Order: sequence, then C-alpha cells, then structure tokens
Amino acid sequence: MVVTAARTPLYEEHVRLGAQMTNFGGWVMPLQYSTIREEHHAVREAVGLFDLSHMGELRIGDEALVQRVLSRDVTRLRPGRIQYAVLCNDAGGIIDDVLVYAMPDRGYLLVVNAGNQDGDFDWIRKHAQAADAARNVGREWALIGVQGPRAVDLVQRLTPSDLASVKYYAFVDGTVADVSCVISRTGYTGEDGFELFCGNADAVRLWRALLEEGRSDGIRPAGLGARDTLRLEAGMRLYGNDMDAQTNPLEAGLDWTLNLEKDFIGRDAIMTSRQRGLARQLVGFKMLDRSIPRHGYRIVSDGEGVGTVTSGNVSFTLGYNIGMAYVPPAMSEPGTRLGVDIRGAAAPAEVVPLPFYKRPHPK
Amino acid sequence: MPDLTGMRFAETHEWVKQDGETATVGISEYAQSQLGDVIYLELPAVGQQLDAGARLGVIESVKAASDLYSPVGGEVTEANAELKDHPEYVNQDPYGKGWIIKLRAVKDNPKLLDQKAYDAFVEGQSHS
Repeated sequence: MVVTAARTPLYEEHVRLGAQMTNFGGWVMPLQYSTIREEHHAVREAVGLFDLSHMGELRIGDEALVQRVLSRDVTRLRPGRIQYAVLCNDAGGIIDDVLVYAMPDRGYLLVVNAGNQDGDFDWIRKHAQAADAARNVGREWALIGVQGPRAVDLVQRLTPSDLASVKYYAFVDGTVADVSCVISRTGYTGEDGFELFCGNADAVRLWRALLEEGRSDGIRPAGLGARDTLRLEAGMRLYGNDMDAQTNPLEAGLDWTLNLEKDFIGRDAIMTSRQRGLARQLVGFKMLDRSIPRHGYRIVSDGEGVGTVTSGNVSFTLGYNIGMAYVPPAMSEPGTRLGVDIRGAAAPAEVVPLPFYKRPHPK
Repeated sequence: MPDLTGMRFAETHEWVKQDGETATVGISEYAQSQLGDVIYLELPAVGQQLDAGARLGVIESVKAASDLYSPVGGEVTEANAELKDHPEYVNQDPYGKGWIIKLRAVKDNPKLLDQKAYDAFVEGQSHS
C-alpha cells in the first residue's frame, strides 16, 4: 500500500522558497529552508514563520465529554483562555498532549498532534453520548506560527486587534492582513508570539503578508528541524519521543496538567501509580563533553543500563549539547552525574533543571 | 567553484585528493546538503591505519549521526582540528576548509569514481 503524505495549503510556498521537505505525521512538511542553525537563531533573535497546518483541530461542544477525556478541569477555563492538557487511556498512559481552547460559544477546541488526530478523534467519539459531539476540522484549517522577540510587534502592525490585551495562553477572533483568524498567544519555541488559525483558502495570503511585512524584522521561514531544536531548549515534550501511551503524566513530569480532584479517564490509574511511587522520571541533562545524545540511547551507571534518552541534540542557543531521558527517581536530582551510552562508551552528562532555556524578558 | 580536478569519490560520498605523498579526505557537497547542519565529528587518532572502505569516524548533524568511511587505505597523519570548534566548515566548504583527515602511505582504491561518474551516481540516487 502506498500512503500519500498530505500537503498543507502552503506546500507550494515551501517549494518556491526552496525548502527541503520531509514526511512527518502523515504530512509532507518543510524540514528546513536555509539551515536549521540559521532558522533557530532567527526565532531566538528576531522572528520565525512556521507552517503548522499539519496539527489537528477537534471541535467539541459537549463540556462533560471534554471533562471526561482531558486531565484538566476545563470548567475553570474562561472563554478566550487556553490550557495545556493530556488525554489519557484507562491505564493512565498518554494518548496525546493537547491545547484546549474555551471558545466564546462555550464549546471547546482541541489542538492535537498531527499524527494523532485520527486516533484522538476516534477515542473521543467512543466516549461521546451523541455521534456528532465532536467534529474534526483539522483539514479545513491552516495554522501559521509567528514566533520570536519581534513577533508581537510584527503581528500588531497587521491587525486592528489590541494584542497587548491578549495574554499568554489567551486568544481572540480577529483579522491579520485582512484574513479572518483566531489569534492565539501560544507557541512551541520558548519565545513570545502567536499561532494564527485561518481557513485553508486564506493561508497563502496570510503567509505572504507576514513574510513581506516581517522583512524589516529579519523574519525567516522556519521548518520542523528548528522547531525541534527550539522546543527541546524550552523543555517542551514531543509526543512520540518523550512520552507515549506507555508513559503516565507523572513520569513525564506533567503533574501540573492534572486536576486529580475531578474524574477523568486514567485518573484512578495515575493516583495508584502515585501511591506506589514512580519507577522512572523524565529529566533534562546536559552533556559534559561534546558528544550528542539521541533518542533511544541508553543511560548507564556502572556499566548497567538504568534509563533511556528520549530527545537530544545540540543547543544552538546555549552552546552545549542537551537531552531529556527517563531515569530512576533516585537519579533525577539536578547535579546527578549520568553516563550516556554513545557508540559503546559512557559519555558524561549531568542532570539539570528544565527548561534549559527561558527567554530573557517574558512579558 | 572549488577546484575538483583530480578529486575522486566513494559511493559512500567521501572524496579523496592525492597531492604527492598525502591524500586528503572529506565529504561531498551532496553529502553535506543531505546531512544538513553538521554539529560534531568523531575523528581517528593520528597514526591509525585505515583500510579502504573502513569506518574512519562519525559525523553528526542536527538530524542524525552517520558513519564516515575512508575512500583509500593509509595511515592517518592529521585530523582537521578546526572542525572541533567549527563543524559548520563541512557545510560551508566541504572541498576546502571542511576537509576531514589526511593520510600517508596511501593504498589506492580502484573502485573510486571520478567527478563525472559520481555526479551521475548521485543523480541516480536522488531519483530512486
């Protein structure tokens, strides 16, 4: 069987910009336009533009259903606000990590990982009373990320909305470059900025307007390569790498996404796991030599395998190499020395607090 | 355009250029473009003997770690020390300051391709 990767409405733009394309989560996406290093620095120092149209969007009207499937108490979420949450299975394993938007009509929007959107949708529908309780609108919407210290100023020049009043993890309906958008102050880079949802038909117009207006800001289109090195520095987990259905949110260090006083799928298993004590915990570490940790490498102690690297790479911003790994709780304190098995030798590393990078002046 | 005269290539995308007693080894323009941002190289010690086709080290880009193979046999006389602080030279100038090792007492490898044959090989690969 040949499975054709889906194209976003911005596919032709990426090709025209000379992007190297790659398959990701069933979509053909830009990996890089120039170099990952340049795109990474552009986002940290100026502004980067991302096509995130592969992300899935699910509309759910039924509040009780959202409460049942998500780890967060969404009844506390005011319209116009956003929370990060996880979707768990009965064993407390993570099915996906999502952003949940409380819409002005009292319904909810879940923004989910590209490769999980169909699975999430099926899971949620399975727990719904009505067949039409959830709607998958992911293929009707484009999503464009504008991230970096110049992002707010850039988007403000293209919109009549007062963006100073749109706080972090809040959103408004508005227009950007005369395109109707949901303007969401969120991101996956550790920088300030926006994610703009618009209809597929308007995506090219919005993308071009941002690139044009952003020229004076030093804007660069940025691909999935930079997205990965940026999110890692910001200590943000990547589903499928740092957590999956065999990981529970406590192990993944996502305790803060759990409202255990309300009932939701997976809660009982998570509480049992908490009472028993965790077998492993996700930590951040930095390499003490120049070698590069990679997903799947073993963490070793006295020659014994004690854990696994889930993400690792160079940190272009910090100038050393970093990673995340599951280790026994006894080895999770910052300052603990670890060995990373790299081609048969234990390369020295040290546990450090997450995130690795925090932007200098959060607004 | 760098001077590629006399340069020969392995199907594993390393190049070698012999100059008197010394052979210099690097990776091709095509290889660097496929790897993307090079961030680390693990290189052999001076004095190490390599056979043609033997693993000489590892090159890591943001995307992945890949093995490097020596296109010819010989004894390592130098590894490019500049690459420790500037691995990006491999991307910026793969046939010049991005060279990787130098060898002496070179044992030739008749299976190497000249530039024209290598270009045709790459062309065939990118369409397969």
